[in-house]
Amino acid sequence: MDVILLQLLNGLDKGGAYALIALGLTLTFGTLGIVNFAHGALFMLGAFCAVTVKSVLSMQMIALDPTKKTAWGTPLEIKTPYVEAWFGDFGAVLLEYSVPVSILLAIPIMLLIGVVIERGLIKHFYKRPHADQILVTFGLAIVMQEIIKAIFGANPIPQPAPEIFAGSADVGSWLGLKAGSVVYPWWRMVYLAFSAFVIAAVFCFLQFTTFGMVVRAGMADRETVGLMGIDIDRRFTIVFGLAAIVAGMAGVMYTPILSPDYHMGMDFLVLSFVVVVVGGMGSLPGAILAGFLLGILQSFASLNEVKNIFPGIDQIIIYLVAVVTLLVRPRGLMGRKGVMES
Amino acid sequence: MMHNLINKRDLPLFLGFIVVVLLAPIIMNPLGAGYPDLLQKFAIFGIFAIGFNILFGLTGYLSFGHAAFLGVGSYTAVWTFKLLTMNVVPAIFLSTLMGGLFALLIGVVSLRRSGIYFSILTLAFAQMAYNLAYSVLTPITNGETGLQLRLHDPRYLDNFLTSSVETSLPSTTFFGLSMSGFSGFYFCAVILIICFYVSLRIFRSPFGVMLRAVKSNQERMSYTGLNTRPYTLAAFVISGMFAGLAGGLMAVTDPLAGAERMQWTVGGEVVLMTILGGAGTLIGPVLGAVTIKYFENIFSSLNDNILMGFFSFMPEPLQHAATAVAGLFVGEGWHLTLGALFVIIVVFLPGGLMEGLSRIGKLFRRGGGGDGKKDAAAKFATPAE
Repeated sequence: MDVILLQLLNGLDKGGAYALIALGLTLTFGTLGIVNFAHGALFMLGAFCAVTVKSVLSMQMIALDPTKKTAWGTPLEIKTPYVEAWFGDFGAVLLEYSVPVSILLAIPIMLLIGVVIERGLIKHFYKRPHADQILVTFGLAIVMQEIIKAIFGANPIPQPAPEIFAGSADVGSWLGLKAGSVVYPWWRMVYLAFSAFVIAAVFCFLQFTTFGMVVRAGMADRETVGLMGIDIDRRFTIVFGLAAIVAGMAGVMYTPILSPDYHMGMDFLVLSFVVVVVGGMGSLPGAILAGFLLGILQSFASLNEVKNIFPGIDQIIIYLVAVVTLLVRPRGLMGRKGVMES
Repeated sequence: MMHNLINKRDLPLFLGFIVVVLLAPIIMNPLGAGYPDLLQKFAIFGIFAIGFNILFGLTGYLSFGHAAFLGVGSYTAVWTFKLLTMNVVPAIFLSTLMGGLFALLIGVVSLRRSGIYFSILTLAFAQMAYNLAYSVLTPITNGETGLQLRLHDPRYLDNFLTSSVETSLPSTTFFGLSMSGFSGFYFCAVILIICFYVSLRIFRSPFGVMLRAVKSNQERMSYTGLNTRPYTLAAFVISGMFAGLAGGLMAVTDPLAGAERMQWTVGGEVVLMTILGGAGTLIGPVLGAVTIKYFENIFSSLNDNILMGFFSFMPEPLQHAATAVAGLFVGEGWHLTLGALFVIIVVFLPGGLMEGLSRIGKLFRRGGGGDGKKDAAAKFATPAE
């Protein structure tokens, strides 16, 4: 019982990350009809927004204290981050919560990057075959990750979660199980709540606003919406920006779980494509369902009991599921008819 | 006799190819690439790209999984060296065979879908192979360390024929000819020429025309009552065999095999090569492979000191600025150049370098005589047999 619960929880946070990335990917599929291989790189850029904020906030002012001496006889150096010196306690809080604070930076930056990519590059590829779209976005992804590598280096940069989320929650004791049987890191719980919130927000945005209505209409029949005098292209540019924001925020919040490095985007890209395909091209609920489903499946597959029966299953389970899904349900779990069927 | 083996119109192309490949050490010498290590890479990746082009260039099926076949080829070759003989002939035969076998298995499943779904299926299979090679298949692949030759490998066939006791690691041979230095290159070069010939024949055969028909309109092909699957599967297996062969040759020139060869980004590299050179053309993939491997070699050897020397004609602050900017694109940052170049090629020159060359050629011809129209017509009228 407790083992199952633990694996379920473990799967949920991974699934949350998959679902968030796949959500953005599906948005660009469904609206623009673009196969975006650079989406993983957007996730990575988001993570590096957090790195940037952290390193800017922790820039230090060095003051010499002549009254005290170090062991080498030189005056003691007192290092205080500028934000703390300027803003006092508020600065300290800001530094402590650098990861959530980064979201504030990530939103405008990712929107800008998304809009620039769409207007500058993707725009020219609507009429080209999918293979060309894959190729150009693949090239773009290489460019983005190499730029990040040139700036931040090749090594992963750990990002600590805020102090109060550092430990683990004893979920087992809440549910009346033995204390310590099911422990779950607080930050992963935060991530889970965050991804649920973002998913809900995107859904509400598409379901309950006029903008969302137009976008959904455009997904269904782009031409007719255009004929009604609505500038659908501009809406779709914003949708691409929105997808970039979702990917970027997912990246920011994931940094305490996985130290960001320049190729994390490529690692997640393949997985999130698999998620989208399993969920069904162009189906938002499908992407989310598949994201959580695959996350949970993966965490159950890494149980030792399962691994003893099928050695190596934890390494391939996701791809295996994708292959089977594509063969028996060609449109994925919840795919709509006529989307990306070539 | 000759016109049975090769179309008359292709003869100059093929002979020219042979001459260029065989004289490569002399031709590439002024460019600083006349040494066997790099030339071997040109040839091996040329073979890999030629094979990939038979699938992607002719049928339009974009596979991201060809790295898996490359890896399988390498592992097979190293195991042949370990178990049978250090002679390279069985190794390359077996690695080609294994590449083809794996391609058959993966192709049967993947080719049930087309378009983006096909790409993702091949990607999934390649990732599976890579992950397995790193984890549970460690007894076969030696995991992260990579598969290497050892002094006490059984080498049953060698030990059966000779009874000499080895005191140092043996090197790969072609019936006694050591596969290092230029002999290694010429071995790869001859195979490259054979592969080019095979690809030429496929391009000009009814089979090749059928594959092109699949690319231009698969639906219509099905309406005429023709099952296209056997044709695409054959193309997939052939390209898998080429990839296996290339992997085997990698092991011939440097007998160790690692799982990193199976990562999907390696499969992405051959896509880059084919597109850069020109997908669907005969020479394009080889040209793309040579271009990428050449610039990889040149660019990654440049460092800031060399750049400072290069920009030394500028005033000092400008020199530093220029070095800093250019430094992003060379050395470690060579992939940035590659990615940017690739984006530019896809956007502006979808036909790759070959399209660029033919555009330049047309420009000259228009200025010279005015029979450019005739040549262009000849170029597009691809003979059916």
